[in-house]
Amino acid sequence: MSPPVRTKAPAWAIWLPLGLFLAFAALVTIGLFRPADRTVASTLIGKPMPAFALPPALPDRPGLGSADIASGKPHLVNIFASWCIPCRVEAPQLRALAGAGVPIVGISVRDSTEALTGFLKENGDPYQRIGADDDGKVQLALGSSGVPETYVIDGRGVIRYQHIGEIRPEHVAMILAKLQEASQ
Amino acid sequence: MRRPASLSLATLSLAMALWLTVPAAAQEEQSTAPFAYRQLDDPAKEQQAQALMETLRCLQCQGQSIADSDAPIAGSMRSLVRERIAAGEQPEAIRGWLIERYGDYVSYAPQLTSLTWPLFALPVVLIGLAALLLRKRFRRGEVR
Amino acid sequence: MIAELGLAALWMAAALAGLQLLAGILALTGRGASLGGIVRPVAAVQGVLALIAFLCLIAVFATTDLSMKLVAMNSHSLKPLIFKVAGTWGNHEGSMLLWVTVMSLAGGFVALVERRLPEPTMLATLAGQAFVSLGFYAFLLIASNPFDRLSPVPEEGNGLNPLLQDLGLAFHPPTLYLGYVGLSVAFSFAIGALVTRQVGPAFARAMRPWVLGAWIFLTLGITAGSYWAYYELGWGGWWFWDPVENASLMPWLAATALLHSVSVLASRDALRAWTVMLGVVAFSMSMIGTFLVRSGILTSVHAFAVDPQRGSFILALLAINIGGALTLFALRAGTVTEGERFALVSREGALVFNNVMLSAILGIVLFGTLYPLVAETMGAKVSVGPPYFNPMGALFAVPMLVILAVGPMLRWRRDSFARVGRSLVIPAMLVAAGIIAMVVVGGVGLLPTLGFALALGLGWASVLPLKGRNLRRTPLPIWGMVLAHFGIAVSLFGMSCESAFSVEKLVAVKAGDATAVGPWQIKLDAVEPMAGPNWTALEARLLVRYGDYGKVTQLDPQSRSFWAPPQQTSESALLTRWNGQLYAVLGGEADDGRWQLRLWWKPFVPLIWLGGVLIALGGVLALLGRVASDLRHIFAREKIAYRRGRMADLQRAQEGEEP
Repeated sequence: MSPPVRTKAPAWAIWLPLGLFLAFAALVTIGLFRPADRTVASTLIGKPMPAFALPPALPDRPGLGSADIASGKPHLVNIFASWCIPCRVEAPQLRALAGAGVPIVGISVRDSTEALTGFLKENGDPYQRIGADDDGKVQLALGSSGVPETYVIDGRGVIRYQHIGEIRPEHVAMILAKLQEASQ
Repeated sequence: MRRPASLSLATLSLAMALWLTVPAAAQEEQSTAPFAYRQLDDPAKEQQAQALMETLRCLQCQGQSIADSDAPIAGSMRSLVRERIAAGEQPEAIRGWLIERYGDYVSYAPQLTSLTWPLFALPVVLIGLAALLLRKRFRRGEVR
Repeated sequence: MIAELGLAALWMAAALAGLQLLAGILALTGRGASLGGIVRPVAAVQGVLALIAFLCLIAVFATTDLSMKLVAMNSHSLKPLIFKVAGTWGNHEGSMLLWVTVMSLAGGFVALVERRLPEPTMLATLAGQAFVSLGFYAFLLIASNPFDRLSPVPEEGNGLNPLLQDLGLAFHPPTLYLGYVGLSVAFSFAIGALVTRQVGPAFARAMRPWVLGAWIFLTLGITAGSYWAYYELGWGGWWFWDPVENASLMPWLAATALLHSVSVLASRDALRAWTVMLGVVAFSMSMIGTFLVRSGILTSVHAFAVDPQRGSFILALLAINIGGALTLFALRAGTVTEGERFALVSREGALVFNNVMLSAILGIVLFGTLYPLVAETMGAKVSVGPPYFNPMGALFAVPMLVILAVGPMLRWRRDSFARVGRSLVIPAMLVAAGIIAMVVVGGVGLLPTLGFALALGLGWASVLPLKGRNLRRTPLPIWGMVLAHFGIAVSLFGMSCESAFSVEKLVAVKAGDATAVGPWQIKLDAVEPMAGPNWTALEARLLVRYGDYGKVTQLDPQSRSFWAPPQQTSESALLTRWNGQLYAVLGGEADDGRWQLRLWWKPFVPLIWLGGVLIALGGVLALLGRVASDLRHIFAREKIAYRRGRMADLQRAQEGEEP
């Protein structure tokens, strides 16, 4: 047997694993100290909203279509449901916004007429129109991933802002500002 | 198969009562979209739809495809996929439609973009590294 | 009382780990040569103390001692006993204690049993093991104390996640951890060998059985986890490239490469740098895996008890252990010379190729798992799943499997393909037949086709090394290799068939309705309520028949509602035949009184896990063979020494007699 040849492994191969580990450590350190953001936002901000026409969810008011929203004035489109708990939390803020003259329309997801009526009686009713989106298609078309969500859509039908989660008191001023921007 | 121990009538009634009082809110949440839990009649189209569904991500879950989830939004997405495939749309067009609205997050198949190119460059780099390592190792050729 | 005993045992074990480290270092640096003698006993006692602590925690869970915070948060008095005990490791603190216990026991076992290494290397190894253990003891005692008390004592516990209330929890984590953490022994051996510059065949022969043992458990643990997820989650999937699943696969890939590498080093004195590097990488992957799973940094359906603060602690441990080990390797690499030379076409060459391919797959899995994190730092969200991992993994797995068919028949050092070419004709024909068959069947994707064909060829080729041998005198390790490679073929066959031929049926039926899926005819007999110790359920009675003339069997899928914690699970019902599994799940009730049923016919799917068991069994045979031959050597040496002693006595007696 020939004597073992004293050749080393190439230098780059020897330091490579350590280099890779340091890159990994840097990556996960950044990841650990960044606040976790588990929401999936719509990518349609700044784009025109898709065309849709939803049947009325309640007998006492009309359904909702994209034509009704792109009517010249910025609207708030609120996606909600009677079984959604954070929707109750944001009800006072929606009432306040409606009181300030903001046109609010609703898309109700997977709901029933009785439950909806009960919900509005308990939590107030800021909606000019409510469309029933039982199979979730309009929700998907808008890029919404849950309830509650609120969209600011301007008079020409372009989506200007998506608010994921309930509208808390501290958010009201910001929403009004976004509506102001949208009316320009 | 799981077989529970035998029960007395009292336990069974208690069990029934408890079952009926389990929060009924869960009922409303199940997706009512037409094709959330219904397959297409054409098996070839159903297979196409199934293949696509396995690669789309459920938006509210902790890391599941829409084919593997009972979440209502997954049901809505499944129905959307099935209806569009039944109407003759191509799977990649449906994927593109969803990516337009949710970004790359919604697709488990990463698309080649300026953001994801390293994923596709990696195998090439690895093959190059492998070739380099093996070439250097055997550069001397046969053992005499 | 028991809890305090456990905590005390844990502190003592940690202290002993510190002592083990100190004594080892002092003995190595020559400042305390006599201290070297205490290192082994200390390691053994440390193992026993950690085990006592773990048994105390089990006792506390078994008796549902609600004054313990961990029990109150994770257990419930109505849970069946087996789940109370298994629930000990069904949470972060408990599973961390399991980690530390396995590490200490492994270290103690090595200290007691391993006699083949020179003393300095042994001391360095045990000191390395103590160093790593200390970090995890610190994590456990400071940031994840399982023995915390709770005051006031609650009336009832929160209960264990119903998905975990299953036999799988009793089996999967312990086996997985025995493998995962057992790799720490290989890590410590690598450190020991690097520190004392002893990377050679003796070191490899000593390390080999420990690597084999850990690898066997890891294979079983992953197989068990896959099967558990398959029947528990109710969607018929058995692998999703989920981050937690990948966290268990990555150490396995490294350990498989290490296993082959250490064999080459032991018998041929080649691949030194590879072996040491893989020894470090394998356990590093275990540590990275546990970090990824517990820090909450990646979303996963299997994730448990995530806490970014704990994540930072583990990250610090990673930086010290892995960073330190890799730096040590880089600095000492000059002394790790390459050993014997060999040609490209040789057994060693095939194993180098194997190592490189496995490392490439490891790189793909690691990068793909981490990429969403990379994207997030750049402000975007990306998902990487099976459509990426399957083809990219296959890119490297297919060449590896082809070489796997050839490699075991190549000679060491130098060989030619022409010599083995003849025996490969049949496997090649089988591969071609497989491809043609799948093309004829039609509608089968590229990967399942390749998998099916390769499985056929590999199944034949894996048995070829036995050809021409006297089977009764073939060493056990050869049988082990054949069985393990055959197991790969079996598993691959199962995966490909499941992928290509699974049929799913979703139906809404009333009692008395019939339906069919694949060759099965199914009738819903009734749906009735049922109760268990801590759940109520709706159970569907399905009468099923295979084909037109088979026997009618009953299947009972359930939809269970637990109340502590309130959660609904679906308990799937499985019927296994030789050629596949019928999988039935009960869904919800529609308004018109019809019940949702999800039914699958999955041909040959049990072969996936049967193959995994065969792979592990092959490892067991190899391990038994090595241990037996080691014992024979020790026995023979002692016999020779004894005989020499007797000869010397006799000679002295003779000389004494002669004047």
